[in-house]
Amino acid sequence: MAKQGPIKVDGTITETLPNAMFKVTLESGHTILAHISGKMRMNFIKILVGDKVTVELSPYDLTKGRITYRYK
Amino acid sequence: MRKIPLKSTGELALMRESGRIVAEVLALVGGAIRPGVATVELDTLAEGYIRAQGAEPAFKGYGHDPSNLFPATLCVSLDDEVVHGFPSPTPLEEGQVVSIDVGVLKNGFYGDGAMTFAVGRTGEEKRELLRVTEEALYRGIAQARAGNHLYDISSAIQEHVEAAGFSVVKDLVGHGVGRNLHEEPAVPNYGVRGTGVVLRPGMVLAIEPMVNAGTYRVKVDSDGWTVRTADGRPSAHFEHTVAIRNGEAEILTRYGQTGSH
Repeated sequence: MAKQGPIKVDGTITETLPNAMFKVTLESGHTILAHISGKMRMNFIKILVGDKVTVELSPYDLTKGRITYRYK
Repeated sequence: MRKIPLKSTGELALMRESGRIVAEVLALVGGAIRPGVATVELDTLAEGYIRAQGAEPAFKGYGHDPSNLFPATLCVSLDDEVVHGFPSPTPLEEGQVVSIDVGVLKNGFYGDGAMTFAVGRTGEEKRELLRVTEEALYRGIAQARAGNHLYDISSAIQEHVEAAGFSVVKDLVGHGVGRNLHEEPAVPNYGVRGTGVVLRPGMVLAIEPMVNAGTYRVKVDSDGWTVRTADGRPSAHFEHTVAIRNGEAEILTRYGQTGSH
């Protein structure tokens, strides 16, 4: 039986918060709290309000996510 | 990341036993597949065999939502159903493809395996899909050796599938197996060669390419379980539980003959 992988969805940054946390509005209309992935931090990828990003959600807590990609 | 459990020689012997039962159930059920058979009959057949072996069906009663646990011994997924379909009283029809996924629990250890079968004669696209998916599984297993990286398996599967013009499902992944049906690590069917954890002897993985003829996108039915392709085109699924060792991996759920198509 296959395991549910992390759920990946696209969204737009609506607010920047302290500690590299962001509010992201998903395509589905939900707003979630997301932090930036360690790899993106290391590569110093800047994220600004209005940027389109990919967020990984855990199947256990759909209100928090991890930003893994910023579209150019 | 949580730690990946390593199995001792004694534990591997028990996992071999669970794997053997999985392989035998797949052979038994595969032999019973023909037009006119209801998949609930296959489920009864499988459950009877598993219990006669002193084992338990692993999927029955499995799930994260206590109000919607998986109801059957087998996952039966027809045509555009990717995985986790329910057995049904509707008879199989000539030309369908049916994926059978089975898990057993014996002596505290799980075995997990799957195969997709053709019902009678099928069209060329479905035959090709089954062939490529099974080949992809073995391409993945060929990379499953101590010293390689985890995503060497994933990329081997992805490259083979995409070269044939099909796509790999990304929302569902293979997984470690042992005292739990699902444990670390997740084994995606896509990835970058040379990345991921280094494989070590004693890791046991369920490698399971899920391959769609069309888009990789999938959706879940209102039953909360059945995963089907977003575009309605067919999907195939082959799975083995394999033990990592130095050199070639040991396939714990090996059926004597590969493929029935």
